[in-house]
Amino acid sequence: MNIRIIPRLDIKGPNLVKGIHFEGLRVLGKPERFARYYYEQGADELIYLDAVASLYGRNSLLEIVERTARDIFIPLTVGGGLRSVEDIRIVLRAGADKVSINTAAIGRPEFIQEAAKTFGSSTIVVSIEAIRRPDGTYEAYVDYGRQRTGVDAFAWAMRAAELGAGELLVTSINKEGTGKGFDLELTRRIAEAVPIPVIAAGGAGKISDVHDVIAQGRADAVCLASLLHYNALNHLRAEDDDYSQEGNIEFLRQRVRLSHIQDTSLPDIKAFLEARGVGCRWRQPAPANA
Amino acid sequence: MPERKALQVAVVDYGLGNLYSVKQACEHVGLGAAITSSKQEILCSDAVILPGVGAFGDAMASLRRLDLTGVIRDIALSAKPLLGICLGMQLLMTESCEFGRHQGLGIITGTVERLQSSDKGGRRLKVPQVGWNHIWRVREWTGTPLGGLGDGDFMYFVHSYYVSPADTGMILSVSRYGVTQFCSSLQRRNIFACQFHPERSGQPALRIYHNLKALLEKAVS
Repeated sequence: MNIRIIPRLDIKGPNLVKGIHFEGLRVLGKPERFARYYYEQGADELIYLDAVASLYGRNSLLEIVERTARDIFIPLTVGGGLRSVEDIRIVLRAGADKVSINTAAIGRPEFIQEAAKTFGSSTIVVSIEAIRRPDGTYEAYVDYGRQRTGVDAFAWAMRAAELGAGELLVTSINKEGTGKGFDLELTRRIAEAVPIPVIAAGGAGKISDVHDVIAQGRADAVCLASLLHYNALNHLRAEDDDYSQEGNIEFLRQRVRLSHIQDTSLPDIKAFLEARGVGCRWRQPAPANA
Repeated sequence: MPERKALQVAVVDYGLGNLYSVKQACEHVGLGAAITSSKQEILCSDAVILPGVGAFGDAMASLRRLDLTGVIRDIALSAKPLLGICLGMQLLMTESCEFGRHQGLGIITGTVERLQSSDKGGRRLKVPQVGWNHIWRVREWTGTPLGGLGDGDFMYFVHSYYVSPADTGMILSVSRYGVTQFCSSLQRRNIFACQFHPERSGQPALRIYHNLKALLEKAVS
């Protein structure tokens, strides 16, 4: 089986943002340009997550999805604030291939079943955001890691799979954005318990972290943000874009290097994995006339 | 000279699957595409794509409810290109063993089988297969929808089941998942079907849509 590497783009308004522990969001640039760059670099899929939809309602995400889906021919998953079958329909109609649901599913688990029945299981990714408690148990959170639920993350993962989720996107809130590596225990325990693919997210700071979460965490796919975004920034001339006044763009202006994130790219990561016996899809050069 | 409208592809809408990415791929190569469940529109199109994700039994029930099984069989018997993608490929077969036995469209004689969830070392494999896999050539691709693609090219798959046609001579490519080698694409006359998603398999796979367009242009010229 070939491992998938999936860049994850957190979107706030018209911008790609990135934070630490889902807080302190920085503006990194225009999501479509990052998406195009990752597509050309050999991304296996893309994930767009609306960073604020659960709190403030719908925004410009649909327009971004439409523009992206028009010229990027790999699967695109979209999530953030999807609460009904009709919400999902609208996002799929804009060009998404799959949707990721979290808050609404925990509040009403039958939502997974309805969504899977209406659109097919393979369209429904259930996102589980977990926080490790001091006693070693894991609790599922919602609203971008802001709201606790009291639900055990492992029990919830099993339930979501039984209700018809096609894949699980498992994010460690403790590790998210820190660059300190994935939560291997969280990933492994879920990946070994469910029959469906698990996408690991949250914490990659260096290439070897990606290998660890596959080899030790048993992840079927790996979702990356910081590890790719800061490198991509150097290749995308942010100055060409007109940024709205919204958001913290100080980071963009200063071009600060992040000491806790290795400077790497999708081809580097795949080469590293291939060299260690982890199968990946390699980038195929686009034929000139396609 | 009268202006001819763009060649039109009917993307059959029976309530399941991402039809929009199929439509976008058609439009990307310059084909018109309509997402439709209208018999009339399907019959009047230049080519028909049967996409789909989800469960076989539900999909067949939807096709019957929309009274579309007859028109799809008619297209199969005509000279018009008929493309089955993913579940759409499986629906062309005689029957499926997914959650009991279900009759398919019976356009291609054969069955639909479940992927084995173990590999050669006895380790557990995830079923569905979700991700990129090679397609390997088992007969010449020149002149088929796969013309111009390379042996071993990567395609994007999402499936738990695969087709097993009785006449193995129609198989164009095979793929491997764990211990299972399965038919990942086939062609018989005007019918082409693939288990992978050519509209979501990167730039090279769009060749399949380019080939469809070239075929249609040849047919009308």
